[in-house]
Amino acid sequence: MSIDTPALASRFRMQWEEAQQAWVLLYPEGMVKLNASAAEILKRCDGSRDVPALVADLETAFDATGLEPDVRAFLDMARQQQWVA
Amino acid sequence: MTLTDRPGPPLWLLAELTYRCPLHCAFCYNPVDFARTTADDELDTEAWLRVLNEARALGSVQCGFSGGEPLVRDDLEVLVAEAHRLGYYTNLLTSGVGLTEDRAEALKRAGLDHIQLSFQDTTKELNDFLSHTRTFDLKQKVAQTIKANGWPMVMNCVIHRLNIDHIGQIIEMAVALGAEYLELANNQYYSWALLNRDQLLPSREQIERAERITNEYRAKLGDKIRIFFVVPDYYETRPKKCMNGWGNVFLTVTPDGTALPCHTAKMLPGLSFPNVREMSVGEIWYDSDGFNRYRGDGWMSDTCKTCPDKEKDLGGCRCQAFMLAGDATAPDPVCDKSPAHHVVLDAVARAQQPGAVTTAPLVFRDPKASRQIAP
Ligand code: SF4
Ligand code: SF4
Repeated sequence: MSIDTPALASRFRMQWEEAQQAWVLLYPEGMVKLNASAAEILKRCDGSRDVPALVADLETAFDATGLEPDVRAFLDMARQQQWVA
Repeated sequence: MTLTDRPGPPLWLLAELTYRCPLHCAFCYNPVDFARTTADDELDTEAWLRVLNEARALGSVQCGFSGGEPLVRDDLEVLVAEAHRLGYYTNLLTSGVGLTEDRAEALKRAGLDHIQLSFQDTTKELNDFLSHTRTFDLKQKVAQTIKANGWPMVMNCVIHRLNIDHIGQIIEMAVALGAEYLELANNQYYSWALLNRDQLLPSREQIERAERITNEYRAKLGDKIRIFFVVPDYYETRPKKCMNGWGNVFLTVTPDGTALPCHTAKMLPGLSFPNVREMSVGEIWYDSDGFNRYRGDGWMSDTCKTCPDKEKDLGGCRCQAFMLAGDATAPDPVCDKSPAHHVVLDAVARAQQPGAVTTAPLVFRDPKASRQIAP
């Protein structure tokens, strides 16, 4: 999987948790509770779009501009955590 | 969360399906009186299915199946399938004994997300010595089966005085087996390990050497494998925040249905823990005395109550306080503010001598030994 089209790593699963009112990332014996923007980015990490397309998609969905630096910063962190490949 | 809030949901459900186990580890974390719970006392499939449903409805999301050896239960696949259907992330904690290719495939079909395979040591002789059975070759085979089914490969190795000097070999073997995570968990001294503490507690020098070697491997191996090294708390001056707080996120259900905030908590005196046969998981979690007793800080001794660090560690482990200080409300004796800290220091001091600390033989966990200790 290339860095150009980020995708959630196979050992992670993302799901909505009603009791926590949040999206969470699940992995062997662990869980990360995601904030809303992290969840929106990760939902779009399905290996089908590159970062510019991902940003464009978010900007349309949330009627915003200038999201790219934040998205890139988040993806760097997510790659470091090996959530995303 | 602060110390007075209503607790959140039991995010982590540990289903201890059975105490039966083909191995006899000298560091086993099952209670020393485990033989009092026989196969006939175990919850049946229906009861476990209900527990899974009730806990999930409260918000449990990580589910661990452990034991004993959970593969001894032939309804494991049924339970995993239900947990998967309910949306849990499902973990199997196993010694690997009984994980045939057929069962692995059935568990895969049932939706099992992850297997944690425990190893005692890379040295066959020592491994067989420590586990008292010839299981080592089998574990290698099991590791291959796990990989072949596409599960992430997570290995756990309990580290102690008798295997810590082999830490490099353990890491190399984990890599050779394709492990993605390796937990080098220093023994915690509860249950059987407490009986064997003099034989199992490593010296400071051994720990420092093992940490150094682990760091060298981390640098060399990079992202290929994540290695966790857990130092025994006897070598700390502050206790761990046990179970991330009493009744805060962890719910253990033991083979006979007793619900516990932690798998060793049953030893605590004067507390009766509820049973899932008699109470719903929700009542147990939010309303039972057993779960409420050590929530918040009302129960704390003055040493902890007035301590600036109390939110950090919540006074440490209640079981360790009871075992070492004789009082479950005392500060965890690992803490250097604890009046009983000398008990830990004494054990640590004994561990510094080279070679064997005691001539007493290791006590291996088995039903006969259990019945002798706790008739
Ligand atoms: S620690 Fe060893 S003896 Fe105890 S349950 Fe696990 S594998 Fe069995
Ligand atoms: S005195 Fe109690 S609260 Fe303070 S650090 Fe020690 S164990 Fe923790």
